[in-house]
Amino acid sequence: MLFSPINPMHIPDGFLSVLLSIVLWVISVVLIGIALRKTGQTIGERQVPLMGVLAAAIFAGQMLNFSVTGGTSGHLLGAAIAAILLGPWPAVLVMTSVVAVQALLFQDGGILALGANLFNMAIIGPFVAYALFTLLMKLFKKQTWGLFVAGFVAAWSSIFIASLACALQLALSGTSPANIAVPAMGAIHALIGIGEGLITIGALAFIFAARKDLLKADANKPARNIGVVVGGLLISLVLVVLSPLASSHPDGLEWVAEKHGFIEAAREAFYNIVPDYSMPGISNPALATIVAGILGAVIVFGVAYGIARAEKRPSAQDDAQR
Amino acid sequence: MRELYTPNHSAVHRIDARVKVIFTLAFIVFLNLTPSGAWPAYILFFTWMFSLSLSSRLGIAFVLKRSLLALPFVLAALPLVFTGPAPLGQIPVLNTPSLTYSVVGFYRFASIAIKAWVSVMAAVLLAATTRFPDLLTAFSQLKVPALFLTIIGLMWRYLFVISDEVTRMLIARTSRSATAPGSNRSGGSLFWRARVTGGMAGSLFLRSIERSDRVYAAMLSRGYTGQPAAQKTTRLQKKDLLALAAGVILLVLLWLLGVITGG
Repeated sequence: MLFSPINPMHIPDGFLSVLLSIVLWVISVVLIGIALRKTGQTIGERQVPLMGVLAAAIFAGQMLNFSVTGGTSGHLLGAAIAAILLGPWPAVLVMTSVVAVQALLFQDGGILALGANLFNMAIIGPFVAYALFTLLMKLFKKQTWGLFVAGFVAAWSSIFIASLACALQLALSGTSPANIAVPAMGAIHALIGIGEGLITIGALAFIFAARKDLLKADANKPARNIGVVVGGLLISLVLVVLSPLASSHPDGLEWVAEKHGFIEAAREAFYNIVPDYSMPGISNPALATIVAGILGAVIVFGVAYGIARAEKRPSAQDDAQR
Repeated sequence: MRELYTPNHSAVHRIDARVKVIFTLAFIVFLNLTPSGAWPAYILFFTWMFSLSLSSRLGIAFVLKRSLLALPFVLAALPLVFTGPAPLGQIPVLNTPSLTYSVVGFYRFASIAIKAWVSVMAAVLLAATTRFPDLLTAFSQLKVPALFLTIIGLMWRYLFVISDEVTRMLIARTSRSATAPGSNRSGGSLFWRARVTGGMAGSLFLRSIERSDRVYAAMLSRGYTGQPAAQKTTRLQKKDLLALAAGVILLVLLWLLGVITGG
């Protein structure tokens, strides 16, 4: 069975501007590097199989669903539960593995867009979830129901905040106008987040009943990850404030960006590498299209012919290769 | 769940995984750098990927079908058609007030859809013609941290085991909660259903944590020291390097064509 949970948060290639993709790639790589270093320091080799197997469990666990109504269903995405069980940095690694494998092997999300997808789902997700979970657990002290409230809020916010980031990225790339993308993505994921929250409560209840020690272990050392808590809260705050701002203008972020002129500057700098002159022969776009079409047909024909020729010959040297 | 890799003896399968990784990435970057409305360049980008798919002998229907996976996301770009800048066109809808659309917006929408489609084709081709261990080796030779690759490698190894487990859980749930004809409900209320699913997720995580204990014990007993096993590093052959360089130069040329013809 080939499965792909329908998840509107995995951005495919083509939807983000290359500049933004590269910026988000750099940010993600830096943060994942920090996660690797922190994880390498604080936990031993023992955790390596744990993270690998849990990544597989989260990937496969995304098949777990329950019908909501009329054909729609709730899914588990798992950033929150990973952050709650493992702590933020290992959760970043686990989610990175999940998102990277989804993109590389199942084409769920693009390769150039992977930086953005990692940022949204493997960094924002665990960070926001961990920050809110720790904060609420402090607030509710030792109440048992506090665990479930905190779990629900953490799970819901991890989805919702990440979807806002996703919408803003689409708007910033000029793919989807902010005043449509932000409310649409936000609304869809506010609903998806409820499903995630409910499943997370169920999972926490099960683990609380069966292996309380797993939840206790993490509650003892929140002080160490104070940076993550602050970071997660900051991300949430910025996105929650920025999104309505961006969507209140017809051209949203572009309006903000244009006001400061940085987007235009960046774009022009890039395309000025090739000045706007026309080549003799290709100056006419229609002609260029025809030439490209003919060339394309010739290439495909050539390859097909080559394969046909190769098939006729015994493929002895092919077998020798493997 | 099954992996995309399809064993075959094609020329594309035999290319060094590093070359494939770098080329795929470069292909997607240059395709996405191409400005919108550069139709000739798109045709050639598409042709190139189409030809590579042909020569991979995966079956062109498989590649095309698989690459349509990203299509639903195109909805996100659809508003461009109606909110883009002037000049505006009109589509008469019956005899009611006609639908206004932006020509530039439509071009941008079509460009995004084409780029997304061809990019997914490239990704499908990479995943379907490269064995996962080869891919991991390629990444380690391209200096991706070993700890990370070990995690991904272990994840891959257990992914199919655990997804079988999930499938069994789903079957168990289905067989315990009969569905009455007419209503779509299986079992109790929405919250009840969510809680049951949550319990399944919780037990899946516990089982996985326990499994990882056993995996670790097994690894230790086979001499695991926390370091990944040393891999032979082979240097890229000259002809691979040449092919890669030629490919990237062609990509740059295609991109230039796109810049010249695009809007």
